[in-house]
Amino acid sequence: MSILRTENLTLLYSAKTPFEHIGVDSISIEIEKGDFVGIIGHTGSGKSSFTQMLNGLIKPTSGKVYLDGEDIWQDQRKIRDVRFKVGLVFQYPEYQLFEETVYKDIAFGPTNMGLSENEIKERVYSSCKFVGLDNSLLEKSPFDLSGGEKRRVAIAGVIAMDPEILILDEPTAGLDPMGRDLIMSQLSAYHRKRNNTVILVSHSMEDVAQNCDKVLVMNKSKCAMFDTTKEVFSNSELLYSVGLKTPCVTEITQSLKEKGFSLPSGILNVEDAVIEITELLKREGKL
Amino acid sequence: MMRDVTLGQYFPAKSVLHSMDPRAKILSLIAYIVLIFCTFNYFALLLTALSVICIVLLSAVPFRMYLKSLKVIIIVIVITSLLNLFYGSGEPIVQFWIFKITWQGINNAVFVCVRIISLIMVSSVLTFTTSPTDLTDALERLLKPLTVFHIKVHEIAMMMTIALRFVPTLLEETDKIMSAQKARGADMESGSLSKRVKALIPVLVPLFVSAFRRAYDLAVAMECRCYQGGNGRTRMKQLHIQKSDIFCMSFVLLIIIGVVLCNVFLPTVPR
Repeated sequence: MSILRTENLTLLYSAKTPFEHIGVDSISIEIEKGDFVGIIGHTGSGKSSFTQMLNGLIKPTSGKVYLDGEDIWQDQRKIRDVRFKVGLVFQYPEYQLFEETVYKDIAFGPTNMGLSENEIKERVYSSCKFVGLDNSLLEKSPFDLSGGEKRRVAIAGVIAMDPEILILDEPTAGLDPMGRDLIMSQLSAYHRKRNNTVILVSHSMEDVAQNCDKVLVMNKSKCAMFDTTKEVFSNSELLYSVGLKTPCVTEITQSLKEKGFSLPSGILNVEDAVIEITELLKREGKL
Repeated sequence: MMRDVTLGQYFPAKSVLHSMDPRAKILSLIAYIVLIFCTFNYFALLLTALSVICIVLLSAVPFRMYLKSLKVIIIVIVITSLLNLFYGSGEPIVQFWIFKITWQGINNAVFVCVRIISLIMVSSVLTFTTSPTDLTDALERLLKPLTVFHIKVHEIAMMMTIALRFVPTLLEETDKIMSAQKARGADMESGSLSKRVKALIPVLVPLFVSAFRRAYDLAVAMECRCYQGGNGRTRMKQLHIQKSDIFCMSFVLLIIIGVVLCNVFLPTVPR
């Protein structure tokens, strides 16, 4: 059974006023346990609203979200438990830090869960390890850290709740290339080790192609496509029509293919491209 | 939750009142506020109330928006009306225990009730039909004579514009921070008062940090565009008095004359 399922999920903003507009338009998808799902779509396509409905921060206008087969809005009082199970890291999460020390800030989530002192300590240390934060930073003020470090503290704050599903809304936005790579590699290591479900909202096609098994393409509040990463990035026409792109390497191999080289479609990373192209050259006897 | 506050919210629509000069609107509002409290008999009161309804209808803003802003002070209206009803002087009509109802009391209650409702309605018309920037623009122009007394009218208006400009931004920011802390299990809706106040810390600290950051960024951005205060500054949008403004001002003037005539020629209601 799928761990997370949405059924005609719809959200209207400012209903019945001149400002009325649709945020999310009847999206029905299923996410399996252990999946690494990417959500792509241009700015304003409803990605953030969609993710906030998945953990019950926004109540949908109509439609249902099922977590482990149960409607999350069935019992209003249990919505907090849903938020512990579905951890959401917001865009620019460093702006939500508030405690005196990094340790206390990461411990905020676990403390709200009502865990014991020892358990909290263990979780803070293990989540720090996951995001690659040095333990010496734990007693510092979060406002004294660099941008990338703050970002990792905020992500650690959500990972410390040990959610079954981790949702990240553009975790690499506004970071330098080093910071991006660091966060992405730690994220995929986290996914491999815990084997829980991760949902990644991103504008970087490379990041999504590298890490995700499945991709949801959103366009004008609707689900334009939901399929495996390979299928999605093979369909470059659709991606272009909704204002997105395929990763650079996919684009290059695609244009080679159009020029008459017999390469498979949907090559997602440089390693695969190298293998396929050497194969091709060997077959043609040029290598 | 916080977006439900309607008092003082611009409601875009197409109407005569929306296209009016904001200066004319502010002056008319002031005239109306004075007028509402200078009604001494029922005819004058009726005339002002009817004209207020006319203006409300002219504004092309749905009536439920006005009801929403009335809802905020409905308790005040009820309490003041009741107090006036029971504490009037004169001959009692009905009397029980410590309460007595007199004609004067009834008069008082009706007057207070109608006056407060009219007051809220006309002020809402101004805020519904005028964007905050237009409003501060008009205030700056109207207060310009005060520069003679070395009052920095432009600076005050600029501060007001900036404050108004950032209200929605900060509301949005608050919303976002609250969501983010809720996602980490912060509980802001239940518990005792002290617990709830404590639950605000995770929201207020980031909010203040971001407000200071924004203020700093804005100051730098303004300096980059060579902002030096009001001296020698021209406007992109000049305010002009149009036909509709003259028409509306004369309407207000007519109502004033009507009320004055009512007050002079008809007997004052005993209160």
